[in-house]
Amino acid sequence: MTTETFARFAMACLLACCGSAAVAQGLNSDVPTIDIKNGTATATPIAVVPFGLESGTPPPQTDVADVIRADLNRCGQFRALAKNDIVEFPTRGEEIKFPTWNMLKQAYIVVGREVQGTGGDVRVEFELFDVARQQRLQGLSISGQASDLRGVAHQIADLIYEKIIGVRGAFWTRIAYVTAKGTGTNVAYALMVADSDGYNPQTVVNSRQPLMSPAWSPDGRKIAYVSFERGNSSIYIQEIATGSREVVSANKGINGAPAFSPDGTKLALALSNGINPDIYVMDLATRHTTQITKHFAIDTEPVWTPDGQKLVFTSDRSGKAQLYEAPAAGGDATRITFSGESNARASISYDGKKIAMAQGNGNVYRIAVLDRATGETKAISTGGLDESPSFAPNASMILYAATEGPRGVLFAVSADGRVSQRLVLADGDVREPAWSPYRQRGQ
Amino acid sequence: MKLPIRVILTAVIASVTLAACASKTKPVPVATDNGTQTTTTTTPPSNTGTYSVGDLDTDSCLRQRIVYFDFDKTDIKSQFQAAIGCHAKYLRQFPGARVTLEGNADERGTREYNLGLGERRGNAVSGALGSGGASASQLNTVSYGEERPVCKEHSEDCWQKNRRVEIVYTAKQ
Repeated sequence: MTTETFARFAMACLLACCGSAAVAQGLNSDVPTIDIKNGTATATPIAVVPFGLESGTPPPQTDVADVIRADLNRCGQFRALAKNDIVEFPTRGEEIKFPTWNMLKQAYIVVGREVQGTGGDVRVEFELFDVARQQRLQGLSISGQASDLRGVAHQIADLIYEKIIGVRGAFWTRIAYVTAKGTGTNVAYALMVADSDGYNPQTVVNSRQPLMSPAWSPDGRKIAYVSFERGNSSIYIQEIATGSREVVSANKGINGAPAFSPDGTKLALALSNGINPDIYVMDLATRHTTQITKHFAIDTEPVWTPDGQKLVFTSDRSGKAQLYEAPAAGGDATRITFSGESNARASISYDGKKIAMAQGNGNVYRIAVLDRATGETKAISTGGLDESPSFAPNASMILYAATEGPRGVLFAVSADGRVSQRLVLADGDVREPAWSPYRQRGQ
Repeated sequence: MKLPIRVILTAVIASVTLAACASKTKPVPVATDNGTQTTTTTTPPSNTGTYSVGDLDTDSCLRQRIVYFDFDKTDIKSQFQAAIGCHAKYLRQFPGARVTLEGNADERGTREYNLGLGERRGNAVSGALGSGGASASQLNTVSYGEERPVCKEHSEDCWQKNRRVEIVYTAKQ
């Protein structure tokens, strides 16, 4: 590149950045693509009939049944009857003609209606039936702001999921991720938070320097992340609702890979002190750090086991990166991954039974899941440079980052790898997704 | 922070393309027979020779400020030893000069692991400069891991450009 073309290129970047400054950085507001890769023979068929409107309720901007259908489809455990294939439109249990839904081979049917409440509130009532038994399994209502009907719909999908599967649903959750727009030295970074399906993106922090490694606090109110805005990597903890934040680690060398303990009182992190990274645990009340590993290898990416007793981390002490486990109070580390040339960046399921990781073989990096009981590892992604897996709080799905040409995109894949949904940013690079814990109402 | 990077980038581009417009002062532009211009190179310093501050912009050895690495490796290849020797000599001569060694990695491997790898590479160059006589107070390492690629294609051609340490002067004397 000559100096002149570089100047032109730099100018183009500058213009591109200025031009996009007014555009909200976030996921595409188009309906996300759902790509059912290997069939869903075992998925449960369910009909979600368009919800009715009680008289006086203004037509909503969100089709609640559409959102519920999309949620149930993307977790891989359900196959929702397509809207176009729905021929009858009951909105109450007593209006359901079960033979119709039996003929359509539906195991379950959901009907509901929206009722205008006081203020800006809407109450959404729904009923879930077992079609074969013609039996009502659930009849509940969820209230919310009219502007947050998507949130209400996700909560209904969670209740339906829990009633049928027996595990709490995780659709009404959020995801954090990092975006980067621009090239060379002119890149705009942002830490974003969106609904778990990619809607409603909000900027948590903007930076002209790289942002990395977002990690949620267990109450879902804060995010720890790495920023280079001070010239070197530093760890910040920021409250999402207020934007207030503080630097918790800015030592010489690397300050990276923050991870809140399950009780929220500690932060595991990687500190190099200018030499090489080891795992440390910081008491968030006193800011006192305890060194957990001491090795000339690169030790990083600590995550806590759900009981808070152990840390799983990445180390290249055997030559290539592999996962190790050590007591969170310090002690000997044990290697836990043995298949694949390299394994790194663990995400542990809520029950501790599975570990998702980025597995490398040659130049191919895919997300693999280790079953800790059997020791078996299974690849669940098909890309070439897949990384940063993050389990949903109920472990039904895994979010990860992949590349498409020069940019990064996010995928949400069912835990068995059969159903995957691509969440696309309108432009720029999306990376490092982190799935939030369960949400509490009012959050 | 920003200015030195820009200075370096310009220097890098200039050194790659031998663009005539890059350096206005010291080097005497010499017209070649095909009409394009090239810069003169100063004589490589002997053990007794000394540098001037301006040599940072003009000396072909001091203008080499990027050290490239093999995949997942941190050892300095022989072809970069000479340039590191020149910078060590310069730093020895100007005790007030300061450099930041910006370590970088290609996109393979996880981001936090690559922060560690970039730091190892930065420390390798820092160590070599120290061995060459630079003092510890002149040397600072920052790892950017894979966060600052100069190239974003998924191929070895591109990856080899990203596996690098940039020697950035934050003070010249």
